[in-house]
Amino acid sequence: MKDWPLWEVFVRARGGLDHRHAGSVHAPDADMALRHARDTYTRRMEGVSIWVVRSADIVASDPAKGEALFEPAASKIYRHPTFYELPEAVNHM
Amino acid sequence: MYTTELEKQPAPALVTIEDPERLAAFEARVAADEYIEPNDWMPEAYRRTLVRQISQHAHSEIVGMLPEANWLTRAPSLKRKAILLAKIQDEGGHGLYLYCAAETLGTSREEMIEALHAGRAKYSTIFNYPTLNWADIGAIGWLVDGAAIMNQVPLQRTSYGPYARAMVRICKEESFHQRQGYDLLLTMVNGTPAQRAMAQDALNRWWWPALMMFGPPDDNSPNSAQSMRWRIKRETNDELRQKFVDATVPQAELLGLTVPDPDLRWNEERGHYDFGSINWDEFYAVVRGEGPVARERMDARRAAWDNGAWVRDAAAAFEAKRASRKAA
Repeated sequence: MKDWPLWEVFVRARGGLDHRHAGSVHAPDADMALRHARDTYTRRMEGVSIWVVRSADIVASDPAKGEALFEPAASKIYRHPTFYELPEAVNHM
Repeated sequence: MYTTELEKQPAPALVTIEDPERLAAFEARVAADEYIEPNDWMPEAYRRTLVRQISQHAHSEIVGMLPEANWLTRAPSLKRKAILLAKIQDEGGHGLYLYCAAETLGTSREEMIEALHAGRAKYSTIFNYPTLNWADIGAIGWLVDGAAIMNQVPLQRTSYGPYARAMVRICKEESFHQRQGYDLLLTMVNGTPAQRAMAQDALNRWWWPALMMFGPPDDNSPNSAQSMRWRIKRETNDELRQKFVDATVPQAELLGLTVPDPDLRWNEERGHYDFGSINWDEFYAVVRGEGPVARERMDARRAAWDNGAWVRDAAAAFEAKRASRKAA
């Protein structure tokens, strides 16, 4: 038998937090993916909400090209608050 | 549950010639304790070692469910039964985390399961010993899961990201396994003389196989050096074994049980326990598949897979029907 499709699982640990990648499961369809995700990743109340998405539908950046992709951010240190040296009196700003 | 690297023959000579520049960059990243992720470039031997180790580890979790399932219907109380059921479910979950981690390296679930059922894949030697009485369930939690924890804690920092993350999740859950086992034995040693004798008998039978779980001694562990350099392994087999003995002996004393090793004694100078020599002939025989219940385990594993086929078929048929309705 061929493997069922792979699904990536994202779990929201509690209200107010983002869904975070927890792992993946194999399942024939979305409903089963959710059930498998519940049994695999939330046996101890680790979540209040689950997302599943087919792994094949995720578009990822290429780590080999990471340097070029993220380079524009490296030279823009003025985007950080610490770039600005303010007088002592207002430096907590 | 855990298995150490079991393949004794060294990896076959590399067919692929690695790009020396990429190899050097990879080695530098690993040496700097960076994590390697699925789409990063990695040497073929690194990938192969990981697939073997992670899949063996996954198989061990899955096969590890069998000796415990053996006692599920004979648990002495509803409480113990619920605990055991939860533990077995965890082992299944651990297997799934690990299969997923291995799949990120380019192998498939199907290939791994097939290799296990065909007898080509190894799993931890410990599961080829029988569980003869209820105290064995306690001994497995305390000793087998205890040894697994020793092995797995350093693997949370293993260099391959998906493996390390699976280990973090597993380690969080493993502590319950060990504690419930110790709690079970504590109850038995405070019971009748017969129950106490069962606990001692379980320790007698599981002590040495538990020490063997750490794998062959360092001087006979050919892949260890490479795995240490690639940060796949973080501590050697003998270091981990010593740690386990040091941690476990006082726990046995607290139970009032005797570790079945006449050579066991505290070495003030080393600050460690000295212990007797391990029967490596037995270990290698079990690795070769000659363990007392190796055959039975694989038969049970294959039967579980075959008997569950109708569920998988039904799920696939249901999805196919739904997809065709959607298309219509």
